[in-house]
Amino acid sequence: MGPAWQREVSRVSTKVVNELNWMIGGAQGSGVDLSASSFARSCVLAGLWVYGTREYYSNIKGLHSYFEIRTSDRQIRSKVDEVDLLAAFDAETLVRHADVVNPTGGIVYDPAVSQTPIEKVDTLYKDEARQIQVRLAQEGLGSDVGAILEEAKRRGVKLFPVPYGTLVQEVAKRLGTSELARLNRIINVLAVSVSLSLLGLDRSYMKESVRQAFSASRKQKLVDMNLAGVDRAYEFAEEKFGERGLPVSLAPIQNGPRMFVVGNQAVALGKMAGGCRLQTYYPITPASDESEFLEAHENFALLGDGSDDGKGSIVVVQTEDEIAAITMAIGGALTGTRAATSTSGPGFSLMVEGMGWAGMNEVPLVITLYQRGGPSTGMPTRTEQGDLKFVLNASHGESPRIVLCSGDMEECFYDAFRAMNYAERYQLPVIHLVDKGLANSNMTILPPDPKLVDIGRGKLILAGDHGALQGEEYRRFAPAEDGISPRAVLGLKGYRFWNTGDEHDELGHINENSENRIKMMKKRMTKLETADREIPTAEKVSFYPAKGRPDVTLVSWGSSKGAILEGMELLERRGIKAEFLQIRLASPFPAQVVRERLSGSELIVDIEQNYSAQMAAVIAEKAQINIKHKVVKFNGRPISLNEVYDSIRLIMARPEANERVILTHGA
Amino acid sequence: MALKLTDVRTDLHNDWCSGCGDFGIEASLQMALTEMNVELHRVVIFSGIGCHGKIVHWTNTFGIHTLHGRTLPFAQGAKLANPELEVVAIGGDGDGYGIGAGHFVHAGRRNVDMTYIVHDNGVYGLTKGQASPTQKLGEQTKSLPQPNINSAVNPIMLALAAGYTFIARSYAFDNRHLKDTIKRAVAHRGMALVDVLQPCPTYNDIETKAFYSGEDRPDPATHRPVPRVYDIEKTGYKPLVTKEMTNEDVDKKTLEVIRISNEWGDRIPIGVFYQNENVPTYEDRIIGRIPSYVDRPPAIQRIQLENNKSAVDLPRLWKELIISG
Ligand SMILES: Cc1ncc(C[n+]2csc(CCOP(=O)(O)OP(=O)(O)O)c2C)c(N)n1
Ligand code: SF4
Ligand SMILES: [Mg+2]
Repeated sequence: MGPAWQREVSRVSTKVVNELNWMIGGAQGSGVDLSASSFARSCVLAGLWVYGTREYYSNIKGLHSYFEIRTSDRQIRSKVDEVDLLAAFDAETLVRHADVVNPTGGIVYDPAVSQTPIEKVDTLYKDEARQIQVRLAQEGLGSDVGAILEEAKRRGVKLFPVPYGTLVQEVAKRLGTSELARLNRIINVLAVSVSLSLLGLDRSYMKESVRQAFSASRKQKLVDMNLAGVDRAYEFAEEKFGERGLPVSLAPIQNGPRMFVVGNQAVALGKMAGGCRLQTYYPITPASDESEFLEAHENFALLGDGSDDGKGSIVVVQTEDEIAAITMAIGGALTGTRAATSTSGPGFSLMVEGMGWAGMNEVPLVITLYQRGGPSTGMPTRTEQGDLKFVLNASHGESPRIVLCSGDMEECFYDAFRAMNYAERYQLPVIHLVDKGLANSNMTILPPDPKLVDIGRGKLILAGDHGALQGEEYRRFAPAEDGISPRAVLGLKGYRFWNTGDEHDELGHINENSENRIKMMKKRMTKLETADREIPTAEKVSFYPAKGRPDVTLVSWGSSKGAILEGMELLERRGIKAEFLQIRLASPFPAQVVRERLSGSELIVDIEQNYSAQMAAVIAEKAQINIKHKVVKFNGRPISLNEVYDSIRLIMARPEANERVILTHGA
Repeated sequence: MALKLTDVRTDLHNDWCSGCGDFGIEASLQMALTEMNVELHRVVIFSGIGCHGKIVHWTNTFGIHTLHGRTLPFAQGAKLANPELEVVAIGGDGDGYGIGAGHFVHAGRRNVDMTYIVHDNGVYGLTKGQASPTQKLGEQTKSLPQPNINSAVNPIMLALAAGYTFIARSYAFDNRHLKDTIKRAVAHRGMALVDVLQPCPTYNDIETKAFYSGEDRPDPATHRPVPRVYDIEKTGYKPLVTKEMTNEDVDKKTLEVIRISNEWGDRIPIGVFYQNENVPTYEDRIIGRIPSYVDRPPAIQRIQLENNKSAVDLPRLWKELIISG
């Protein structure tokens, strides 16, 4: 599958109004994020829906980062390969991304960079630079950024040079200021505004977006500067490019309130709603944003029930390492507090011993694991679904755990909420698997409905509740048919108990007696059977039927969901009917539903973002279904809907030749 | 109703080697609890992995036997979630100053209001006598194939550098001193360390009970042994850092702690080296940011409504994320 523009589907949609993909790139620290969010916010203010993805290096300043914002008049939930309009203010963005611009699309750029030789773009890896030079030479082009632009132009791409420096000076003159250094920061706003002008969106949206973006800083001067930038950019674009418009455009639509949220925030909100009151963490990409969001909102309002002043809070502790993070959360959980910790692969590796202890002592605990490119430090800022088999088996020996996999922002919220319930109901660690692709993407969703989920505390013994005791010694690990014993918490009078990582008796004292061992192992593992029995199917899998008799059954989990659902729509337009089984609960594994769903299918394709198709292996082990066709992606870039479309077509055209398709898109 | 020693003991079989210093620590801890007459259900004891770790099973309070080296974060988590609890963490010297050394340092920085007692026996008892971080350079306890070539860590100095606000050392077989020190540590507002010199008759044949009590050096006049351990507070040393003290005074005290804590050999200091209650506890610092923590810490918060729905006013919480078209 060659460059995006060479492929059959050059645009996902044939629609020209309110269906497009915009990209902005630049050096990290130069305001790319801010530009992207002001573009997205403008669209949302105009009633549209957005889906944005962020790509960056593990670096603070200087290396390349880019943001793609897809926008539409219906809700969207994945990325596409082609870009309709690329906004750049540096050379590297052009070199790296000009080739994904649609032949009918455009590039907004600074003409000052077009003379830059490719080899002077020193943040390109040497090999990358060489490859580009060879390609340009083959096309009979030079070896500078101008050649890249020429290459795009030959494909039909429209070029929109914007002399940012001149515009900044004009704004400075207009504002009567000489603070050029500070004014230079409005380049971001200029790039976004020129883009929006080319797309035909009224400047009022961008102005409101700027006001909202700077509302926290309370610096009127900053707001004025940026607003002046918006005006100048719009004037410039209308004047210079007025009649050279693009086929795609944006137009405001009527819409209600929507939540504009990133995955980290959706998880944080779900946790708070679900009763989490202690979160521990050690900083790690891409997990820490969640903890920082929680800390920023550590005081919050409770709905009144008249019993108090309605002040709620969450204590967030930044620990010395992930071992402390998990063990501190466990200590908190022993007091009856709903506690959680949040990390990524390297941190989870350190947490494993603690997780085993929580399993052994039946402590409710939620671990949010943001997967990123592994192994080792891997690719800290890139996405992957590589930790599934690790979390299913993590910790020595055998101990029960529930593993939930979220596929989108809504699921991030509800799963984070439910994870809190499952942990307490089944008295065990719950791992909530998300990934960088979700954590750092932003999306408009309808605000979640907290009324859809209840808080259930399972067999928690509350103060004053002496039902379980009846004058006898309290037995924390008393036998129970469902494996779940009434749970007292530290500090509860009359309910003394012991915990130990050693095998223990019903009181919690060390005991290596053979019968006791068998009894306790069974008790702990039985809880998974109980969970399997009790958890409703709708929380285990989601099934998306085909419109009519399916030609192909897609199986996946986690953040591949959005691209699959939208890829399916595209396939359908080509007459290929696909159904989709999304696995949401990886432990206890819903073997029966999965077997039932898949056993009738003629062609099953497993799609996931890791090297070895881990879920397919789990399905083979647990549900005894061998999935022959696998589409995998492990280059750290999120899967696009085009890739789903292309790979399924490829497999359907020549099933024998394409049992394993490796996806490669994304810069 | 006053507590009796039998109230704070379980009737489980104790499997420490006979003559182990751990017995002295256990007895002193239990006596301290009895004398303090605390409500037993508010007491939680955490321990690490090693011989010392079993102490929680012999003690009739909530007892959490954690992981090797992780006692402190477990204990801090419980205390921060429910500050009503009286939290005592117990560790071994390998456990606390070796594998758990990182946690040891960071617990000092936080100054959570709790007590940490370390069974300091110079060896890894439960794994059969390897050198612990407090074993002296060049020493070769019984089961070492070769002499120890690591320098010893000085827990008192380390605690001082890390920010512990109560730093003491005691001796497992000086019951009264240890019991009183534990009581003072528990009463202290902030993070308290009690490093306890603990003979391990099975593996440490250098720092033995006879060594600490000076049986090899009788007083020529009385023929009675002259103990090596001596109580610094009986020599007039005052550990307290007061508000009135100047920076210079505090510096002087710091230097004294360093000097005294490095004594070893013929004179081994025990006692409280340092106490400073002017440092805000971690709980105080949380209250600075979360005023409602005072009466509604995590463990005592309402999380659901009558109808089991979330108690959080979500629309208010996520207002900043809502955009209208
Ligand atoms: C992660 C881990 N590594 C190693 C061990 C093995 N281990 C058990 S006890 C112990 C040392 C105990 O020494 P110390 O903490 O001084 O306690 P003592 O037995 O002397 O009381 C070790 C290394 C373990 N339990 N866990
Ligand atoms: S090995 Fe040493 S520390 Fe452990 S119980 Fe025996 S004497 Fe005590
Ligand atoms: Mg030891």
